[in-house]
Amino acid sequence: MSAAPNTRIDVARALRDAAWTALLAFGLFLPLIGFLTVQNLNNTLILETRFGLLATFVAITALGRLAYELVIAPMRARAALRPAPAKPSRLRLLMAMLGRGFTPFGIGFIVVYPVIVLTINGTGGAVKWIDNFGIQIMIYVMLGWGLNIVVGLAGLLDLGYVAFYAVGAYSYALLAKNFGLTFWMLLPLSGILAAFWGILLGFPVLRLRGDYLAIVTLAFGEIIRLVLINWVPVTNGYAGISGVPRPTFFGIPFNASDEGFAAVFGLEFTPLYRTIFLYYVILALALVTAFVTLRLRRLPVGRAWEALREDEIACRALGINTTNTKLTAFAMGAMFAGFAGSFFAARQGFISPESFTFLESATIVAIVVLGGMGSMVGVAVAAIVVIGGTEIMRDLDFLKQIFGDTFDPTQYRMLFFGLGMVLIMVWRPRGFVETRQPSVALKERMAISADLVKEGRG
Amino acid sequence: MSDRRTVLSVEHLTMRFGGLVAVDDLSFTAAHGEITALIGPNGAGKTTVFNCITGFYKPSEGRIALAHGDAKIWEALDDVTESGARRLLRGDGALYLLERMPEYLVTRQARVARTFQNIRLFPGMTVLENLLVAQHNPLMLASGYTLFGVLGLPSYAAAERAAIEKARQWLERIGLVDRADRPAGALPYGAQRRLEVARAMCTDPLLLCLDEPAAGLNPRESHELNDLLLAIRADYGISILLIEHDMSVVMKISDHIVVLDYGVKIADGAPQQVRDDPRVVAAYLGVADEEVARVEAEVGL
Amino acid sequence: MEVFVQQLINGITLGSIYGLIAIGYTMVYGIIGMVNFAHGDVFMVSVFIALVALMILTSWLGVAPIALALLIVLIVSMVFTSIVNWTIERVAYRPLRGSFRLAPLISAIGMSIFLSNFVQVAQGPRNKSIPPMLNDVIVLMSGNGYDVTVSYKQIAIWLTTAVLLTVFALLVARTSLGRAQRACEQDQKMAALLGVDVDRTISITFVIAAALAAVAGTMYLMYYGVVSFYDGFVPGIKAFTAAVLGGIGSLPGAVLGGLLIGLIETMWSAYFSIDYKDVAAFCVLVITLIFLPQGLLGRPDVEKV
Repeated sequence: MSAAPNTRIDVARALRDAAWTALLAFGLFLPLIGFLTVQNLNNTLILETRFGLLATFVAITALGRLAYELVIAPMRARAALRPAPAKPSRLRLLMAMLGRGFTPFGIGFIVVYPVIVLTINGTGGAVKWIDNFGIQIMIYVMLGWGLNIVVGLAGLLDLGYVAFYAVGAYSYALLAKNFGLTFWMLLPLSGILAAFWGILLGFPVLRLRGDYLAIVTLAFGEIIRLVLINWVPVTNGYAGISGVPRPTFFGIPFNASDEGFAAVFGLEFTPLYRTIFLYYVILALALVTAFVTLRLRRLPVGRAWEALREDEIACRALGINTTNTKLTAFAMGAMFAGFAGSFFAARQGFISPESFTFLESATIVAIVVLGGMGSMVGVAVAAIVVIGGTEIMRDLDFLKQIFGDTFDPTQYRMLFFGLGMVLIMVWRPRGFVETRQPSVALKERMAISADLVKEGRG
Repeated sequence: MSDRRTVLSVEHLTMRFGGLVAVDDLSFTAAHGEITALIGPNGAGKTTVFNCITGFYKPSEGRIALAHGDAKIWEALDDVTESGARRLLRGDGALYLLERMPEYLVTRQARVARTFQNIRLFPGMTVLENLLVAQHNPLMLASGYTLFGVLGLPSYAAAERAAIEKARQWLERIGLVDRADRPAGALPYGAQRRLEVARAMCTDPLLLCLDEPAAGLNPRESHELNDLLLAIRADYGISILLIEHDMSVVMKISDHIVVLDYGVKIADGAPQQVRDDPRVVAAYLGVADEEVARVEAEVGL
Repeated sequence: MEVFVQQLINGITLGSIYGLIAIGYTMVYGIIGMVNFAHGDVFMVSVFIALVALMILTSWLGVAPIALALLIVLIVSMVFTSIVNWTIERVAYRPLRGSFRLAPLISAIGMSIFLSNFVQVAQGPRNKSIPPMLNDVIVLMSGNGYDVTVSYKQIAIWLTTAVLLTVFALLVARTSLGRAQRACEQDQKMAALLGVDVDRTISITFVIAAALAAVAGTMYLMYYGVVSFYDGFVPGIKAFTAAVLGGIGSLPGAVLGGLLIGLIETMWSAYFSIDYKDVAAFCVLVITLIFLPQGLLGRPDVEKV
């Protein structure tokens, strides 16, 4: 409940609030910022103080609160009291126009991305941009679109999605290494295996509601990871599986030899060719995922998924076998994760259980929720923001110049990731995209506001 | 049993939740093509009966049988019961034991549709989409369980167009054609109730179960609801089972009324008969049977 | 036989710690219907706070009687952990209270990631270990060259858990705060309309959950003597398993579930393999949810149609 917006600036109250905030910050940060437990030369634990750092934290928090009370809150209150303009402003109209063109522009950009990167960075620097950013982001876009079927469309909360990703990766690694099957043969096979696992895992648990389904899927994800770690004879445990065969250009390997891609096409060898090839492979896979999902959404099965999310009991009363509907969603999501997993194994050449932690599942769920309303574009944008954001943080070496050489920005990556998740949820709980597009229309398709669309009870 | 063709036969239905007996040894029949009303004070167990009939609850005891086709199929009832099967399909009709079926099969096979006391539309989907979800099963078949649909075969496109046309006809009938593309959650209350009825009808049922369809409607809307239900009965020849508190609806359109109080049947017959039954009056007034005459005199009835 | 009794003693001790954390999960889930993913990391933070407090008391202030030091550490940890949890609720959960189900969950996961990484950055990634304390034991029985012992530490843990469980169960059942909590559990809007201060009740619940986690944290520090920033996730999951096993919403159930999980884990490690002990806990969770979703002491949830 909020009171009427107050546009007056009450300096005394702001100072008082800032003082309380300072006190709170002191209590919050004293134990773990004010003191440091460190091991001395004798390997015993001793305590050091960092009261200067503590004072900085408290000061920043208190000043922040003061700034909010004196500047930001009155600004927002004034904005809330202003009457809404009768005609949409020119800015709004421009945004609407851009919004309509966004998807074709986005797809175009993604398709020519490697070319853009090559022209800017040249062959040397391009690999990193195409691989760590382009390919990495596309993998998560595909995973996000796959999980979108389960969470966004069907409203089933799956926190163990990484398990299917792992099934795809390990099945490709083991089958390619031991049976010599090619990437193109194993791709559909991994998908089918993952889908099969999806049905197997889904069957006993899909009658659980909401949070319980979430916890069970989380447990399944962890069980699979622990099995991967401990079943050493098959999975090689922590050490993982290395020497996984890399994909070939329809039979021609990407190496420096005379049968290699470079030699065959009369070009000089550089690892760039394989990277670009991989980029377009994952792009194609992701586009297939998108195409299939959009098609399915217009079919009875997709409509049933969304109806399931809206009201499961009404679905059953309309003659829909909701267990099958849920299993189908689960299996389809798992299948796409399997595809992504086998691509991942082929691209890396090496896989280990480290890549399949709960954090991955949580990241993918966060991407889907951030996208909002089961929207494909939203999920893609969310993946770019989240993965791109964390990848960029690896790169902030310039901060070393500000904070000194001992400062390691990669440590802070996950810190800001967690904080970011909290802040974005508080800012936009339903995600970036705030409307749902109907799958069919009698006269004219009109977007439905987020307030009306249910999130599903699992 | 009268010579009216029976469509639904409920026998010795008992529903217990732990120690609480919600429905106690209830037996009644609903005749084909008739509108049967189930009335009674709040908490009498009416929605529980509905949930048993439509497969949402599994009864503690009792048999609920539904017949399609020729009345002669009823002769096979005891055989089917003993055989443990859920249904019997014959050339001249079919018999379903609803207490043995899960809810989605009750709708899909036995062709019983229902609406809910608290409206259960799909609020984030458009009015049209709501009606298309109702036609899920025939559309799934036409899409070859999705395969033809993904491949873009024309047979599915034709089936979808037919489904949209059927939806459009229903929307015209209930006056919502102009709002077909609006979200169902944004409709006014009366329109939502009508939409729920239309959605149930889109599943092509032979028995329509309506749980308080007039709840929250003003007198004009109740009147329109009466017209709608009578028209549905006339045009489609289906049977309707109705839970209702609004006596202006019950008395005007029912052919047969069953009265429940604390899970027990206290009256069963034609509307006029039931209205004058002292036990019914007592149940609604909340007094013992013997007191009724005295209280009525006091109140001035 | 001796091994079995010893494992029994160890299991009950471990289980008591899980039980205290589990009460926090079950209380918060009961009142706002949300699984607080960050609770395990709040527990981990409380262990660190206890560590710092203990070091201040013993190294700097020279408080010699270890029992006295631990008592002060307990109170200090409870206070500071409560501040942390209160702030988390205000910042990350209260703005999201309402009908959106997924947003608070993601926020909680984000908070969990933030807390563990915050501690990693603030205190360094290495294990922090202190010399063992309160090492006196009572020998119960001997046989096969093996002494079955129970230490004063373990007895302290059992007593504390039992006392706290009784106190809080009575609090929920008899006091007006408990009534307010149960009202908020059942129908928040109605409780607010009837004059219950819902915000304050929820804040108090988070404070109680944090205080209990801090007790568990101090016990953990006293018992194991080592902690690391990643010690939040797995104990958190196990404590949540305990809460579900015992019946979510039931305080005695949470402790019962904790004891069972502690025993299962200890027995599994002793008699089978220590590698798969975490898998055992997760499997218990899965089996419980599939076959007995309401838990041992919970009530079955019938959905109104």
